[in-house]
Amino acid sequence: MLEAINLGCVRGDRQLFTNLNFLLEPGGLIEVRGPNGSGKTSLLRILCGLAAPAEGELRWRSEDIRSLDEGYSGEIAYLAHQNGVKDELTAIENLRISSALNGQALTKHETQTFLERVGLARCQDLPARVLSAGQRRRLALARLLAADASVWILDEVMASLDDAAVALSREFISNHLNDGGMAIVATHQELGLPASKTQRIDLRP
Amino acid sequence: MFWWLVWRDLILAWRRRADVLATLFFFVIVVSLFPLGIGPEGRLLRTIAPGVVWVAALLASMLSLGRMFAGDYQDGTLEQMLLSPQSIYLLVFGKVFAHWLISEVPLVVVAPLLGVQFGLAQNNLSTVAVSLLLGTPVLSIIGSVGAALTLGLRAANVLVALLVLPLFIPALIFGAGAVEASVNGASPRPWLLLLAATLIVTLVFGPWATGAALKISVE
Repeated sequence: MLEAINLGCVRGDRQLFTNLNFLLEPGGLIEVRGPNGSGKTSLLRILCGLAAPAEGELRWRSEDIRSLDEGYSGEIAYLAHQNGVKDELTAIENLRISSALNGQALTKHETQTFLERVGLARCQDLPARVLSAGQRRRLALARLLAADASVWILDEVMASLDDAAVALSREFISNHLNDGGMAIVATHQELGLPASKTQRIDLRP
Repeated sequence: MFWWLVWRDLILAWRRRADVLATLFFFVIVVSLFPLGIGPEGRLLRTIAPGVVWVAALLASMLSLGRMFAGDYQDGTLEQMLLSPQSIYLLVFGKVFAHWLISEVPLVVVAPLLGVQFGLAQNNLSTVAVSLLLGTPVLSIIGSVGAALTLGLRAANVLVALLVLPLFIPALIFGAGAVEASVNGASPRPWLLLLAATLIVTLVFGPWATGAALKISVE
């Protein structure tokens, strides 16, 4: 489980948030909400370990994530604004290589299965350059599924997705939670997931 | 993971081979301009050959340094790599090794051919190749520190040159010294050993520095 204790973040000379506390347990979901510029992405980057909090600490299974380092990175999967997709590689190459770099060597067949699940089976051999914004987002979702991480950290996961893909991503998140996974999602849209295990963090500018 | 990373960068370079060829042609043209400009004065050409070849190699490497992390930084793949559960040393080592294979090895291969224009003898040409073989990894590693530090900055290319070129000086002195010794009929061995020692030191410390710089740049 992931525990935040008095987290604070400063950008430039602006205090984005202070005294942020939460406890995320298996099967739990945190929705991060707030207007543009309120620090949603900054919070998520702190939760990934990409940025250090200005104050407070973040504990994974009661250990500070800074002392865990790579041990913590193996537990999380981060979907950022940028999809982390290489234009020159085909969809299937993108997924295979990014998974291998993440420590999961997928066979070609497994890679195809993941692409099918996000509805990209038809474009698997096209270079990512010619894919639409929504299709690239789907490719990033496939990477998330393949990552086999226990905490999903998702930044505007539904941006530029069509209705079918939005439904798909909801289904993925809820399956992940049912399997005992955790998720932290920054979003403007309703996730429409059962409220029992959902916590909300509202960030104010 | 190391080989996947190298493999990935090789595919990317192949699909964007114009960039790689531009660096190589730059090297070929700069080195070739000197014999054309100076004329067929064998003794003078042999004297300046070591310096010219080595300085041109430094400048050609500068051209490709900016590309080492910039593309991965822009499309977010660098962030993903930093979040992978692999050691950052290995990650940097893979990127640097791929950069060396793509941008530096072609220089090592063509340099002896270019040396012919300076009237260098057979054994001098092999010293050119060996000195570059030992020296270019140093350029890639030190260059990676500069490239990582200037990631995402405006005018990053100029800044990299200012940061990194002074640090290339030891490699330049030892490398050009080896070729010069060989041209003068002395043994290039001590120079090459010094160059190898430089390589080992940068190999041990360089990737750590680059890794730390990458973490700062991404934050």
